[in-house]
Amino acid sequence: MNAASLIQAVKDRFPAGVKASHSYRGDATVILGREFLLEAARMLKEDTLFQMNFLMDLTAVDFSTFGTKRSPAFFANSGIAVSPSPEIPDADPWSGPPGGHPSAGAAPGTPGGHPSAGAAPGTPGPARFVVVYHFFSLPLKHRLRLEIPVGEVEEAEPEVDSLSSLWASADWLEREVWDMFGIRFRGHRHLKRILMYEGFVGHPLRKDYPVNKRQPLIGPVN
Amino acid sequence: MDLTKTPGSPPGEPEIREMLLNVGPAHPAMHGIIRIVTKLDGEQIVDTDVEIGYLHRGFEKMAETVDYNGVIPYTDRLNYVSPLINNMGYCMAVEKLLGISVPERCHYIRVIVSEISRITDHLTCVGAGAMELGAFSVFLYMIKAREFLWELVEMVTGARLTVSYCRVGGVKADLPEGFDERCRKALQETRKVLAESDALLTRNRIFVDRMSGTGKISADDAISHGITGPFLRSTGVEYDVRKDCPYAVYDRLQFDVPVGTRGDNYDRFLVRMEEMEQSIRIVEQALRDIPPGPFLAHPETGRPIPAAEMVDEGKIGNIAAIVDARAVTDPTLEGAAKSQHPNIEAGEKRVFLPAKEDTYGNIEGLMQQFKLVMYGHGIRPPKGEVYFPVEGANGELGFYIVSDGTSSAYRVRVRPPCFAIMSALPKLLIGDMIADVTPTFGSVNMIGGELDR
Repeated sequence: MNAASLIQAVKDRFPAGVKASHSYRGDATVILGREFLLEAARMLKEDTLFQMNFLMDLTAVDFSTFGTKRSPAFFANSGIAVSPSPEIPDADPWSGPPGGHPSAGAAPGTPGGHPSAGAAPGTPGPARFVVVYHFFSLPLKHRLRLEIPVGEVEEAEPEVDSLSSLWASADWLEREVWDMFGIRFRGHRHLKRILMYEGFVGHPLRKDYPVNKRQPLIGPVN
Repeated sequence: MDLTKTPGSPPGEPEIREMLLNVGPAHPAMHGIIRIVTKLDGEQIVDTDVEIGYLHRGFEKMAETVDYNGVIPYTDRLNYVSPLINNMGYCMAVEKLLGISVPERCHYIRVIVSEISRITDHLTCVGAGAMELGAFSVFLYMIKAREFLWELVEMVTGARLTVSYCRVGGVKADLPEGFDERCRKALQETRKVLAESDALLTRNRIFVDRMSGTGKISADDAISHGITGPFLRSTGVEYDVRKDCPYAVYDRLQFDVPVGTRGDNYDRFLVRMEEMEQSIRIVEQALRDIPPGPFLAHPETGRPIPAAEMVDEGKIGNIAAIVDARAVTDPTLEGAAKSQHPNIEAGEKRVFLPAKEDTYGNIEGLMQQFKLVMYGHGIRPPKGEVYFPVEGANGELGFYIVSDGTSSAYRVRVRPPCFAIMSALPKLLIGDMIADVTPTFGSVNMIGGELDR
């Protein structure tokens, strides 16, 4: 199936769950509500229309500083290397961060603000994280990206359902997302760190983790 | 896994205790740093726990801090046995984000170098695996063949290991003179080595006994674990990114995808051996079909003069003498000649560095160079996200890139093929003997750089 019909098919099954969709550069992408994840994943795997037998990749993106990055250089916004040339086809433009970020439409370099800025703690705001699933169907040779926005409220450890009961590959990939982003997976049997060591403080791929931060290396824990 | 509990034995019977054995983190038969805790009943493995992360260097975090071309040297260090495929995968992902495509010759160059890398990777994997089972001479033969191929890589890229050859929107330089003959010769030598190794291993009683029937996995389990590449094909599933989601010019080249039937170590060995043969086939076809190289300026009009001299001539207004001339640049910049550029880059000024003659010879080229290399400037893809898979030596190597429209990527995620295979390692080992850890782990072809990133 091509990207458009794939998106339409998911929309038909989950009219309430699909928040948005796009096929930027031909990648079929569906943004789905968190509560529909397990149901949708099972359908993608078992429905003859999709037959997604591979969970190729599972990762997350921390959108908390999206659009707020300022260029460190003078005149960086002038000259030839600024924006894509008109020849580059952009028929189906990207709709911005899936979590509905306030600075989604802002030009790069303009201050956007943290998603929680202005919103009182506890009220649902724009999602900080997006958990990204890449599915692939070997019999039908199509790919689908599923995005689940999480962390709308200021929760320290946002949670989504685990897919480890459906695909064995989710086991380690979810452990990695927990390790790197601090997103919990409900129903995962042993959600522990995988690349970092036990005793490491923080989640390194979060945007508020400084890139040059050092921590003492603690020996292996048996 | 609960490592503290030992099963109680009924009274009157001899006590049965299971033994814990640490394999790794630094073990001579291990290809990287990894810890496998095995629980043994006699010589049989009843449970294992795999611990990774010893080589974590924060690739994904670092990729967020440097500009788009600055990530390329980091990708060399992902799978350091076939770095050219990583280069290519990353660059093609950024090119997809930018919406540009490279010229045909550049596609062919990328295919040639990545197939050469695939052969070196498989040679290393099979050779090291055989060495660990005692077939040391095979290892030496295969490393000899790898040496021929690495000399080719050195000839093209200037480096053997950390090649950084691909660029976003092209490759660093065109193929050097005489590459065609040397490549064909090296491939012939590799064929001989493959025939020798085949004679030494394929019907070798000791080798077959150790490999056959060990490390078995079913096709369904392999798919569920997200395993791709030769490992998946050994179970009989015919999935190859080059065939099923073709990129570059793979859809124009003839090659077979070898599959196994049993999904054991021996089938993986056979699949890898056959894949090397197919890769040689691909390179030979690509050398035949590659569009012709650069047309050099005519000797009468294109008198080569040093770049500095050309600048001096230009300063005093002597334009007539240099208007048609080609500048000779520093030998360290060899391969960056202007005449080659239309063949190796996408022709997009916002993306690719100008030819050195232009950088040193005119203000537009100089500005283009500075706009791309200055801190905070550089390539700026539009906002968006893409995923691009290529067939790495171990399986599907995917790059997922999110751009926020600035000069560095907002998020770079690499889908490492051996991560999926390593997650299935307990399934491969449980039920086998402790001695089977060595061939099974050898056939996994774990590369610490891409596993731990």
